[in-house]
Amino acid sequence: MYNFDFEKPSTIADAVSALGTEDAQALGGGQTLLPTMKQRLASPSKLVSLKGIAEMQGICTGDDGALCIGGATTHADVAAGAGAYAGLAGLAAGIGDPAVRARGTIGGSLANNDPAACYPAGALASGATIVTNAREIAADDYFQGMFTTALDEGEIITEVRFPVPEASNYQKFEQPASRFALVGVFVAKFADGVRVAVTGASEDGVFRWSEAEAALSGNFSADAIVDMAPGADGMISDLHGTAAYRAHLVGVLTRRAVAAALSLPT
Amino acid sequence: MPKDSGIGASPKRREDVRFLSGTGNYTDDIQVTGQAYVHFLRSDVAHAKINGLNLDAASAMPGVVKIFTGADFEGVGGIPCGWQVTDRHGEPMQEPAHPVLAQGKVRYVGDQIAAVVAETLEQARDAAEAIEVDLEELPAVVDMKAALAEGATKVHDDLTSNLCYDWGFVEENKPAVDAAFEAAAHVTTLELRNNRLVANPMEPRVAIGDFNRATGESTLYTTSQNPHVIRLLMGAFVLGIPEHKLRVVAPDVGGGFGTKIFHYAEEAFCTFAAKALNRPVKWTSTRSEAFISDAHGRDHVTKIELALDADNNFTALRTDTYANMGAYLSTFAPSVPTWLHGTLMAGNYKTPLIYVNVKAVFTNTVPVDAYRGAGRPEATYQLERVIDKAARELGVDPIALRRQNFITEFPYATPVAVEYDTGDYHGTMDALEKMADLSGFEARRKESEARGKLRGFGVNCYIEACGIAPSNLVGQLGARAGLYESATVRVNATGGIVVMTGSHSHGQGHETSFPQVIAEMIGIDESMVEIEHGDTANTPMGMGTYGSRSIAVGGSAMVRATEKIIAKAKKIAAHLMEAAEADIELKDGAFSVAGTDKSVAWGDVTLAAYVPHNYPLEDIEPGLEETAFYDPANFTYPSGAYACEVEVDPDTGKVTIEAFNAADDFGNIINPMIVDGQVHGGIGQGIGQALLENAAYDENGQLLSASYMDYAMPRASDVPFYGVDHSSQTPCTHNPLGVKGCGEAGAIGSPPAVVNAVVDALRSGGHDIHHIDMPVSPSRVWQAMNG
Amino acid sequence: MSQVTMTVNGKEMSGDAEGRTLLSQFLRETLGLTGTHVGCDTSQCGACVVHVDGVAVKSCTMLAMEAEGASVDTIEGQAAQDGTLNALQQAFQDHHGLQCGFCTPGMIMSAADLLKSNPNPTEAEVRHHLEGNICRCTGYHNIVKAIMAASGQDVSSIAAE
Ligand SMILES: Cc1cc2nc3c(=O)[nH]c(=O)nc-3n(C[C@H](O)[C@H](O)[C@H](O)COP(=O)(O)OP(=O)(O)OC[C@H]3O[C@@H](n4cnc5c(N)ncnc54)[C@H](O)[C@@H]3O)c2cc1C
Ligand code: FES
Ligand code: FES
Repeated sequence: MYNFDFEKPSTIADAVSALGTEDAQALGGGQTLLPTMKQRLASPSKLVSLKGIAEMQGICTGDDGALCIGGATTHADVAAGAGAYAGLAGLAAGIGDPAVRARGTIGGSLANNDPAACYPAGALASGATIVTNAREIAADDYFQGMFTTALDEGEIITEVRFPVPEASNYQKFEQPASRFALVGVFVAKFADGVRVAVTGASEDGVFRWSEAEAALSGNFSADAIVDMAPGADGMISDLHGTAAYRAHLVGVLTRRAVAAALSLPT
Repeated sequence: MPKDSGIGASPKRREDVRFLSGTGNYTDDIQVTGQAYVHFLRSDVAHAKINGLNLDAASAMPGVVKIFTGADFEGVGGIPCGWQVTDRHGEPMQEPAHPVLAQGKVRYVGDQIAAVVAETLEQARDAAEAIEVDLEELPAVVDMKAALAEGATKVHDDLTSNLCYDWGFVEENKPAVDAAFEAAAHVTTLELRNNRLVANPMEPRVAIGDFNRATGESTLYTTSQNPHVIRLLMGAFVLGIPEHKLRVVAPDVGGGFGTKIFHYAEEAFCTFAAKALNRPVKWTSTRSEAFISDAHGRDHVTKIELALDADNNFTALRTDTYANMGAYLSTFAPSVPTWLHGTLMAGNYKTPLIYVNVKAVFTNTVPVDAYRGAGRPEATYQLERVIDKAARELGVDPIALRRQNFITEFPYATPVAVEYDTGDYHGTMDALEKMADLSGFEARRKESEARGKLRGFGVNCYIEACGIAPSNLVGQLGARAGLYESATVRVNATGGIVVMTGSHSHGQGHETSFPQVIAEMIGIDESMVEIEHGDTANTPMGMGTYGSRSIAVGGSAMVRATEKIIAKAKKIAAHLMEAAEADIELKDGAFSVAGTDKSVAWGDVTLAAYVPHNYPLEDIEPGLEETAFYDPANFTYPSGAYACEVEVDPDTGKVTIEAFNAADDFGNIINPMIVDGQVHGGIGQGIGQALLENAAYDENGQLLSASYMDYAMPRASDVPFYGVDHSSQTPCTHNPLGVKGCGEAGAIGSPPAVVNAVVDALRSGGHDIHHIDMPVSPSRVWQAMNG
Repeated sequence: MSQVTMTVNGKEMSGDAEGRTLLSQFLRETLGLTGTHVGCDTSQCGACVVHVDGVAVKSCTMLAMEAEGASVDTIEGQAAQDGTLNALQQAFQDHHGLQCGFCTPGMIMSAADLLKSNPNPTEAEVRHHLEGNICRCTGYHNIVKAIMAASGQDVSSIAAE
């Protein structure tokens, strides 16, 4: 790793000002950033840890019934504490391994927007709102392709607000080596329609599968999307699976997510 | 009633206490006062001419001690190859020079261009980034068949082609084999690839060179399976340091699996630089570096043909293999596809005619050498896959077809030059059938089908040649080393024993199992015996641990030395009891005179040896210490039968291992607990090869699976509990313990069982599939099912 | 460089660290606690697992400075003062849950983490919990068995000892 300074502020305001330094970068759980820095692929001048900021920790329910998760809340805390939104808790419980979940944060995952990460599917399917120190961003506007988001330099995710659907489920098919999602599908059924978000599959990062959404909004059952799969164009092709295989998996996992959502509580 | 000590007992491992409490001593745990750190600048392209290296900026960076390049090694020897193969035409293999640091050219991604020594590791890395390298990229050869095509780019300009050797075995048999194929009632053909693997011991390699100017002695601490071999190869061939001025220490080593046998450039570099700089130099591999600098394993492309007569007897076998050597010849690389592979092609079967052809090929990839099983897994895989395919084509039961062709009479001389001393292949198959509950399979298959899954059952047999091996024989086959093993047994005055073995333990538990043997022979408590290994300064010259040879060869050396000890101790006891030597018996740690109640304790005799007041000084010397070198008369031939049961999810192609059972014949067993553990570990690796692992290169010679992000290591959730059985025991006839070796069996026997089971599952689902290449990943299975 | 202080295995310890000094490095090189191992550089193998404030983390993926003031438990602190192995360590020895020993410190620390929250885990739960701990030697059989045994379950019916 290249060397850097380390700061651990205790308020969002202090963190924002610490991030004002050139090439300063936020440090959430470090579960992505530190391995990247070990490969010398990132060289921040300063790391600003968000772990000391109490107001960015924890889970609560907003007035509108939305689940509000602090930007520095760990995957383990979401897995254990998001009982009101079982689909999301299940997603968090399936990220990496226990030690990764003990450190990694929702803000870090969404800021990083790895094309194979789980949270982007959960946030997009839920129609979540990404709250930063500066503004509120709708999930539909937030994800802008692999590793790209609407965040500005130095902007931090302080909270993520998830409307809680009537039924939901996340299905992750693991890439055999990294155990990230080779394909992951999050299905969320709201009173006014169904949202389906897919991670791991597309060269453009997480996306909504609108064809399935339309079919499922009319008839929320796996039967509504039998034999349906998105086109293979634009899907990722690599050592672990071709574009056609990934497209096929999207169909399979969506059907499984719907079936599971129907048989499990929200 | 299981024993609680001695041979056949399973005492708890004594080495565990230090490993469980964090007080092991692995090479990276060693800090030598004043040590500097080296970082290797490695090529990120597969093939290029080095037009220039500008070190000016880098040398001026903070903390830099010195930057070494190929030029610093011009007067130094290259990394030697320890085995010479002679080809079909009687010509020696092509053997390229293998410099410590690249000279003029880089030949694979990972090849060392320069070595930066600095005060800290990060400073060394910083400076390495500042080296200006002018590389002129050349086309890379990656595919083996393309590498042999007319006009292919050559990996080594001074060789005539990329062909290392074209080996035929047994060449004289070829016409007879071809004729048998002409006459066959049925021929089954299969083309397959034995996937390239990265050994991945969990401890990455480490080397620390140290030099003492006052004594002129060099010391190398290294993660090695065979410190004496490193001392010999590096001392004699690379750096020209005589053995008495070179000490090699391999302390606790975190797994090897073959890849820590070989002599690597980093070891020679650290030893060389420590002397040049007069200060210790340390290198610790990162995992990323390990992927492109540890020798890889396997990587064979094979066409195998099996001829059968009208009664389904195997009449002939013919194989055609391309074996990847990578860019240079690693220490034992040439022997793997030849003598460790061709000689095993008979397997457990009495096929009378066999011909094996192997073309070893240079490519712009990491060198390939032995990995757990080395050659024998490749032989077993192709043979057991083609037999399964033959059974399906003929519509006969795969187990019955195997049983029908089993060798049943021993000793048995195969048509591929080896003689099996003992075995009971029906015995292991019987044990397997019992364990695997074959009769319940149809019900289990129905149950899976009810859940929308396909279930498959796969079986295979294996034979391996291990306990490597008779020196005169391997010498004839091209080994440039002997393959004996040594032990010094030192009995102390108060009766305790220290055994110094040339063998090495890096997980095998020698410190526990070796004392069991001595305790049994003398009748004393195991706690009175201590094992030392890993330091050339206090152990006799030995060849180390690989090829499942520790107990068969190293253990036998220890037995021979202990026999000498006992013989001498009997002389002393006879003197003490004023009896005839011939009448002395040793039992339960006491010497007695036959037919009398006279006896002296072990401790009385050992004390007399060192306090020789009442002692036959005119006949024997004082002291009680003996050394033996044991050179075996033959390989040992463990064998077994393995079965795997899988479930395939037809929607995703994902395979899960539902059951895995292994019945092995290891001859006599010293410590069943350790033997089971060795089998478990081998099966875990074999399942890894079959389902998960794949060192894949793209056409430019970039390793695509260069970290755990893309190289799939088996995790706890990928495997079940295994069933193991070694009730079938046919002791080896030519070593004193009757043992055969168990370290590689699991890795040899398991991949074909897995793939046979997957094919069985898919066929049960109506898919007309005979083969899927490993790793049988979800995407490959899905692809196979969907055309 | 600045000074970092933490309570390691119950004892307060300090040492110098740079911003980039990893907790694993600090433990191994600065404090000389080499029981914590480093087996990869992609945060996947788990050889480096320690407990920070009671929670299992990968010490190779945490900065030493992030552990300032924390309570850190490592493999060196697991046995009793007199060296007696704890129940989990003892189960690993009894059931041959280790071979080369390199993954073992991380395995023990991860398993201890599991047993704290789930004192009676099923085979599947044990295997799932070890998702981030790679062992190359044992094929996991005896590791899983040892952990189940340490939790007081009867493992005698599990195939082969
Ligand atoms: C072994 C392993 C397995 C994994 N498996 C999975 C998996 O299955 N699925 C999955 O989704 N992920 C997986 N991950 C990634 C893991 O979820 C990470 O925790 C996550 O991607 C990043 O979160 P972090 O808090 O660790 O962020 P960091 O690594 O600290 O930071 C990542 C990036 O986000 C920025 N950042 C951090 N916090 C904020 C914030 N609040 N606001 C703005 N920017 C911020 C950082 O500056 C950096 O650019 C795995 C990681 C590992 C090591
Ligand atoms: S060293 Fe920490 S996960 Fe591998
Ligand atoms: S015991 Fe060697 S890696 Fe687990």
